[in-house]
Amino acid sequence: MTWVGRAIRRLEDPALITGQGRFTADAPSVHWVRFVRSPVAAGTLRSVTGPDGATIVTAADLASVKKITPILHKFNYKPIGQPVLADGAVRFIGEPVAAVVAESEEEAEDIVDQVELSIDEMPPVADARAALEAGAPQVHPEAPGNIILEGKVKTPAFDRTWGSAHKIVTVAARSRRQNATPMEPRGGHAAYDAASGRVTLTCSTQMPHLMRTAICDVLGMPESDLRVVAPDVGGGFGQKMSLASEYVVLVWLARKLRSSVAWTEDRRENLIAAFHSRDQYITLEGAFDRDAKLLALKADIISNIGAYSCFPTTCGVEPLMAMAEMPGPYDVQQYQCLARGVITNTCTMAPYRGVSRPVITFTLERLMDKAARAFGIDPVDIRRRNLIDRFPYKSATGLEYDEATYKETLEMAVKALDLPAFRRRQAEARTRGRYLGIGFATFSERTGYGSPAFAARGMEITPGWETVIITVDPSGFVEARIGSSPHGQGLRTTLAQIIADEIGVTPEMVKVVHGDTDRAPYGWGTFASRSLVISGGATLIAAQKVRAKLIKMASHLLEAAPDDIILADGMARVTGTDRAISVAKLAREAYTQTHRFKGEIEPGLTETGHYDPPGTFSNACHVAIVDVDIETGHVKVEKFLVAEDAGRIINPMIADGQVHGGVAQGIGNALLEEIIYDDGGGILTASLADYLPPTAREVPPIELHHIETPSSNSITKAKGLGEGGAIGAPAAVINAINDALSPFGVEIDEMPATPQRIRAAIRNAESVA
Amino acid sequence: MSGKTAINLSINGRDYAITVEPRRTLADAIREDCGQTGTHIGCEHGICGACTVIVNGEPVRSCLMFAVQADGKQIRTVEGLAQGDRLHPLQQAFMDHHGLQCGFCTPGFLMLAVGVLEREPDIGDEELIDVLSSNLCRCTGYQNIIKAVRAAAKQMRQR
Repeated sequence: MTWVGRAIRRLEDPALITGQGRFTADAPSVHWVRFVRSPVAAGTLRSVTGPDGATIVTAADLASVKKITPILHKFNYKPIGQPVLADGAVRFIGEPVAAVVAESEEEAEDIVDQVELSIDEMPPVADARAALEAGAPQVHPEAPGNIILEGKVKTPAFDRTWGSAHKIVTVAARSRRQNATPMEPRGGHAAYDAASGRVTLTCSTQMPHLMRTAICDVLGMPESDLRVVAPDVGGGFGQKMSLASEYVVLVWLARKLRSSVAWTEDRRENLIAAFHSRDQYITLEGAFDRDAKLLALKADIISNIGAYSCFPTTCGVEPLMAMAEMPGPYDVQQYQCLARGVITNTCTMAPYRGVSRPVITFTLERLMDKAARAFGIDPVDIRRRNLIDRFPYKSATGLEYDEATYKETLEMAVKALDLPAFRRRQAEARTRGRYLGIGFATFSERTGYGSPAFAARGMEITPGWETVIITVDPSGFVEARIGSSPHGQGLRTTLAQIIADEIGVTPEMVKVVHGDTDRAPYGWGTFASRSLVISGGATLIAAQKVRAKLIKMASHLLEAAPDDIILADGMARVTGTDRAISVAKLAREAYTQTHRFKGEIEPGLTETGHYDPPGTFSNACHVAIVDVDIETGHVKVEKFLVAEDAGRIINPMIADGQVHGGVAQGIGNALLEEIIYDDGGGILTASLADYLPPTAREVPPIELHHIETPSSNSITKAKGLGEGGAIGAPAAVINAINDALSPFGVEIDEMPATPQRIRAAIRNAESVA
Repeated sequence: MSGKTAINLSINGRDYAITVEPRRTLADAIREDCGQTGTHIGCEHGICGACTVIVNGEPVRSCLMFAVQADGKQIRTVEGLAQGDRLHPLQQAFMDHHGLQCGFCTPGFLMLAVGVLEREPDIGDEELIDVLSSNLCRCTGYQNIIKAVRAAAKQMRQR
């Protein structure tokens, strides 16, 4: 019996279900901060005036504070700095201009209402294509033409192959802007300790160590003077991995006031200023041979990165990921791509679950469906002809795909669905004026990649590795201190399962410590479907070392050869005898009876593991069945099916939960969620009545099927799966809508496919007819 | 806005005599004035339901109610669900069915479900989904929340 592979209940849950979780906003504070934010999209900031006696911090007070300046060393990247508070210019609605400090949140809000900003407005540009036009307003002088980076790829035989194509199929895809919308908005609490001169910043972050590094860089203070704590974090989905300039202000204020200051973002601030994503235009062309085999891809990617570049990933995260991973799960060796990051007067872009992959998967899967139609074959058939089926496979952009099951998951989904039966039901429904559709999305999900993958982007700050330190204390209980920073993923449970198997304790005996820079080793946090692979790998390495040491100790104490010691169920036994010693006893001796090891074994029982893997590809086939009301444009997702392969599954319950959550976000992204700017840079979606995450009503039952292909690129054999649900679902839903509407000859290549867009497409088709 | 009013909130059977500004929301009063931080605030405009508590037997969004409106009323929050170490069937079901991930929306969902199941123990599946669609969860995709509430409903009926 192993703990790995079992759906044990989560160790995180007892506190969270009884109201004993500790979130950032739960801590009391002496001072409260509210931010004055720019009400205009572009302009010259002349002055900030507040009521007499109010404490108002502006850029002028922060003269010694450096700008936040993320750096890439490739792709013609133009470093632009973001002042912590707007300094002389405002560049998007919601940009923090001043911080008001008061004794209560309400008082601070009252003062904010009385602050007057003098701004000379300038013409803004909100749309990325408009920003590329000649004569468009220039957002930063350092980036002429509003282009902050430009990535280009062209494989050697591209032109020749393109010229030989039988058919070229094109899709002009538009992904509208979205907000990750964690249920807990961001927030921070900075407390100064007079005795040590240190500040503790408690904040809702996915990357506590990176927050410490970035804030200390900007403030010019030693990292040893700042402790960053990520307590319980109420969802992140990428939005909380980037540095919030507000946190820098909080630490500065705590030091200045020698006191505690707190800020809790409200939902409006979260929606207008917390980081957006997915605002892209992609034109993708595919060259096919006579047999509908994809020969070459040509992509033009325009990514609206907002007003500044996010730290630490930089704004390259969306355009460069789109460029590198566009070929997806298909066997295509010729590729040409131009990927541009474009600056606009909108909220800064940052990673959101899946980053560019929900967009490129949607684009590529639309292309495959259009190609199927052009060739008069079934959407399943065109995928069968093109999916990768030999491994390792090197992609056109040089990525190495490890063993996966692209075709197998597709066939698994087709079989589970009974496709012929659906087609009969669809035909019958159409005779009654009901429009059902089915949509497929097959995709690869690059997960658990270490520093070489990030280095390929030329990042000044190159994430990747993880460290785990495991200590068995003199009581025989286990503590694992990790650099990852989970916030809902259940990592405390899954890592405890890995450790329990290795050193023969129960998961309940293992405490995983994370999210505190004073307690956890330096690490990169939790993002990019990496923690179970990378932190899990480091955990396994450290646990194996602990196991080896326990066996060595037991061999000394039991006077047996190490090879004769069996470690299981909390006991070290000498095989074939009744001699045994408990792990708890061994742990005790490691501290209190070290003389018995005659200097041959170091004291204590602490081991460290580091892991920096190359990365591994998970994969899945998503299928959506939808019912489109052609009168209202309303889409009901009737059924959703996922056949997925994420390698070895450590805890099936947690794995399924990750897929459910990702699919729900993907359905929201496909149908409902849209941050809307008008041409003047005004944001129209500043409440949850306007920006619409899905509810229980919009998410159908999700049927899951699994294949477990152990990864040779991951020492636990596990692949990551945090983002896959969100990557595949938009493509499946929108392909299903297109299938439903095929009798009208309309094609919808935009997400979200809102009722308005669906009705407009049907109306246009009718007026043409 | 400095005039304060003395009110009494009864939270999970314990009385809190507090003075609040008229504009203080019940959510803020529960968290800041009474120190019961299990109730979370997610949007402050009545959409997400993270702040759901039970007031005189009915689930309400405590961000949309002023504290003074709850003066003298019986309020139940997530902290009052378990009896000592014995979890409420809904709490147990959320654990058993993985009805939570980050846990931020969980207190709101628990109180929403408790309020509804106490009122309508035999609620049908479709109506239950309608009720649960009052609150937002960004992590779970709702499947396991629905499963957990159904399981708890069954158990509560058998009691």
